[in-house]
Amino acid sequence: MDRAEIDRRIRDLIEPFNKNGVTITDATTFQGDLEFDSLTVMDFVAAIEDEFDIIISMNQQAEIETYGQLVDAVKKLVDAG
Amino acid sequence: MSEGISQPDAPVVREGRAKGDLFAKFDDLIAMREGLLASGVEDPFNLVMEKVLSPTRAICNGRETILLGTYNYMGMTFDPDVIEAGKQALEEFGSGTTGSRVLNGTYQGHKECEDALKEFYGMDHAMVFSTGYQANLGIISTMAGKGDYVVLDIDSHASIYDGCAMGRAEIVPFRHNDIEALEKRLKRIPAEAGKLVVLEGVYSMLGDVAPLKEMVRVSKEAGAMVLVDEAHSMGFIGEHGRGVAEAQGVLNDVDFVIGTFSKSVGTVGGFCVSNHPDFEIMRLVCRPYVFTASLPPSVVATAATSIRKLMHGSNKRAHLWENSRTLHKGLKDLGFQLGTDEPQSAIIAVIMPDLTRGAQMWEALLKEGLYVNLARPPATPANMTLLRCSLCAEHSEDEVTTILGMFERAGKATGII
Repeated sequence: MDRAEIDRRIRDLIEPFNKNGVTITDATTFQGDLEFDSLTVMDFVAAIEDEFDIIISMNQQAEIETYGQLVDAVKKLVDAG
Repeated sequence: MSEGISQPDAPVVREGRAKGDLFAKFDDLIAMREGLLASGVEDPFNLVMEKVLSPTRAICNGRETILLGTYNYMGMTFDPDVIEAGKQALEEFGSGTTGSRVLNGTYQGHKECEDALKEFYGMDHAMVFSTGYQANLGIISTMAGKGDYVVLDIDSHASIYDGCAMGRAEIVPFRHNDIEALEKRLKRIPAEAGKLVVLEGVYSMLGDVAPLKEMVRVSKEAGAMVLVDEAHSMGFIGEHGRGVAEAQGVLNDVDFVIGTFSKSVGTVGGFCVSNHPDFEIMRLVCRPYVFTASLPPSVVATAATSIRKLMHGSNKRAHLWENSRTLHKGLKDLGFQLGTDEPQSAIIAVIMPDLTRGAQMWEALLKEGLYVNLARPPATPANMTLLRCSLCAEHSEDEVTTILGMFERAGKATGII
């Protein structure tokens, strides 16, 4: 799966969690721009895990601050699977 | 997506902070606490009990107060046999061991305490730690190391998360009590990786019970080892008081049971019991066990006596269940919103609309002469503010009726019901 396809799918998944309708770029941050709290993070991560049949451990999540980093991390996990 | 301490892009540094003051990271919390106290309420996190009269009564701020927020579920703290055992050990073995369990800190009393635990659970091995926190920290960090996976309920206790962090395992959380979410994650973990599933019998914030029967089954099918923390169920839940795993008939499939002496047992300390044939090696490799002083002789003597008495506590267990049902129904009938639809444990959580009104209600109850626990985010699930009531087998039927009257008056005075 190429990066553009992963990006497109994650954009669909993030929509219900993007309550303030923030314009999403690779630099958008989850905590600062999207104001995700820990429960939102859990639900959002679960949605991505189910979509791509992967696991993003909390250790990996801690390294991800921006949308672009998330897409890259998912691509890496999908490629490895 | 880090869950660490919130760090805004441009941190607001409080006026007057010296440059380099590392306390600056707590400015948000300091402001929140000051705001709460400025509204005039007594500090919910700074209560002092001047005198303790019994497992259910104390003098707090000069007032005689009914205690409905301790973890003294079985009321063992003033049991005459327990007190006598403690006094005797204090006189015969002194006030402390001044040493690690693996050096000079294992006395006869520590072995007797471990024997009592093995008998209580009907298991082959028992290991006593200095606190329940260290029991989770030690077992989890030692069993699950780098490259292993710990799969845990998102609402797990801080000691479980800290054990994961210390062991540097991959942490995979799943939605609270969601069997399918657990199963899915287990299936996605590489087959060859080591897996430890960590569950709790009773979750202490809402007082709800885990579906251990199904969760243990799916964990075993996936080849994972299973640890269950029974801190809030020991002594009370299950035919012999062994906890939720016993009540649901899966105790034999659990690899490690973690527990504490600071709840039903009525003192302080933690433990792990297991049937694994190699369990004893833990005494040499588990750092929170090795690198700390062992429990004082009086503490292990009171614990061992209390554990043996809890084996025969079925009448007390029955009365505690009655108390739990009466309080749950009474609060529900008064119109309070509760954490569970049915009483599932000795904890009944009353959900407050927000922190300010929760603190007002907490203070109104204290002035009525009732102590409950105020729980607030981040310790609570879904950012709820809770008034957590934990019952004791020594609360009388009349006391529970009195408690309901206090809740009614305080609830109406603060506009919550």
